[in-house]
Amino acid sequence: MNNKKWIITGLAVFLIIVLFPFWYNRGKAVPPPEVKLTDKAKAAKECVLSKEYMRAEHMQILDLWREVVVRGGQRTYTNPKGKSFVMSLSNTCLDCHSNKADFCDKCHNYASVRPYCWDCHIEPPKEKS
Amino acid sequence: MDTSRRRLLQLLGLSAAALSAPPVLDALAAAPPAAEPKIGTAKEALTAKQWAMVIDTRQFKKEDDVLPLIEACHKIHNVPKIDFKRWEIKWIWSTEYQHAFSGTASTRFLSEEVEHRPFLVLCNHCENPPCVRACPTKATFKRESDGIVMMDFHRCIGCRFCMAACPFGARSFNYRDPRPFIKETNQLFPTRMKGVVEKCNFCNERLAEGKLPACVEASDGKLKFGDLFDEKSEVRELIKTNYTIRRKVNLGTEPAVYYIV
Repeated sequence: MNNKKWIITGLAVFLIIVLFPFWYNRGKAVPPPEVKLTDKAKAAKECVLSKEYMRAEHMQILDLWREVVVRGGQRTYTNPKGKSFVMSLSNTCLDCHSNKADFCDKCHNYASVRPYCWDCHIEPPKEKS
Repeated sequence: MDTSRRRLLQLLGLSAAALSAPPVLDALAAAPPAAEPKIGTAKEALTAKQWAMVIDTRQFKKEDDVLPLIEACHKIHNVPKIDFKRWEIKWIWSTEYQHAFSGTASTRFLSEEVEHRPFLVLCNHCENPPCVRACPTKATFKRESDGIVMMDFHRCIGCRFCMAACPFGARSFNYRDPRPFIKETNQLFPTRMKGVVEKCNFCNERLAEGKLPACVEASDGKLKFGDLFDEKSEVRELIKTNYTIRRKVNLGTEPAVYYIV
C-alpha cells in the first residue's frame, strides 16, 4: 500500500468525472414535453383509438397499418366505434396532426427516439407563423 | 419436521394447481372483448386475379406520344429525374423494338416504321417473378390477391439481387437521396430514400381507390388494363382478337404486359 494516496486521489477524480452529469444537473429535471394539438385535432375530439392507447401504443398501430396496407393491400380501418379511416401516415395521421414539430418531434426528441419515417414519408408543409 | 413423501407430493401438486389457476380463471371470467377494429378495402377498389396490361404500340408513332404517359407516372410517384445515366430512376420508359424484343422476335431487317416506333417498357408484373425469388428479405413479393409484384420499401436492404434477377431491367437503385431531384413533390405519395430499389407498382394505390393506373389514364385508350384471368375482360378480348407479343417469354417468367405490334 505504498501508493495509497495516489490510488485514492485517482479514484476520487475518476468518480467525480464519471458522475459529472449527475451532480452538474442535479435538481434540474427537464419537464416532460406538452403535446400541442392543432385546431383540427381538437375539433375531432378523438383519434383513431383512445387517447391513452394512442399515446402509449401509436407505434403498434402504425406498424400494423404499414403491414396491412403494403403487404395485405387493405387500406381502410374501422375503429370499434365504427368510424372508418384510410390507413395512411402522411394522409390521415398528419392530416389532423399537421404540426409535426410540436406533435411528433417534441416527444421523440425528449425520449431520444429517432424514427426514420420521414426519410420517405413526406412531412406536411410547415405552417407559416 | 416429519413429512411423508405422499404429503410432500400432495403439497407440490396443490401449489402447482394454485399457481396455474389465476390465468385460467382470468380467461374464463374475462368480459366479452369490446368490438374489434375492422380492416378492409374500400368499396370502390378495383380487384382482379392477375392484373395485366395491353399496349397498342401501333398508336405510338414518335417519342412525343409516350412522354405524357411517362410524365404522368413519374410525377405522381415522386420519381426523381436524374440525368446521369448510372443513377437514373425509371418506372416506365420507352425503348426501341430491337432492345425490347431481342430474343423474342426477329429484329433483323425491320420495317422502318417499327424500328423507330417507341415501345413503352415497365415492370411486367410476371406471373412467375424471378425478383421475388431473389429477394432475401421478402421486400419484393407477389401480392396473392391481384398478382401485382410489389415492393415494401421498409424492408428493402438495397442488396440489388432483384435487379440482377430481373431480365427486363425494370428496377432502379437509389444511389443518391432522390429528394433533391424531384421537381414537384406529390404530397400524397411517399418518396424513397437512398439505398433502396424501386420500380413500377401497377399503381396499386390508385387501384385501391377505384382508379386505373396513371399511364393508362393518360394514354387515351392506347393502353388497356384489366384482369388477365377473367375471360370477359377487355385485355383478354384484345389479346384474343389481336396478335400480341411479350418480352422474353422464353425465360418462363410469364410477363403480364402484352404488346400489339
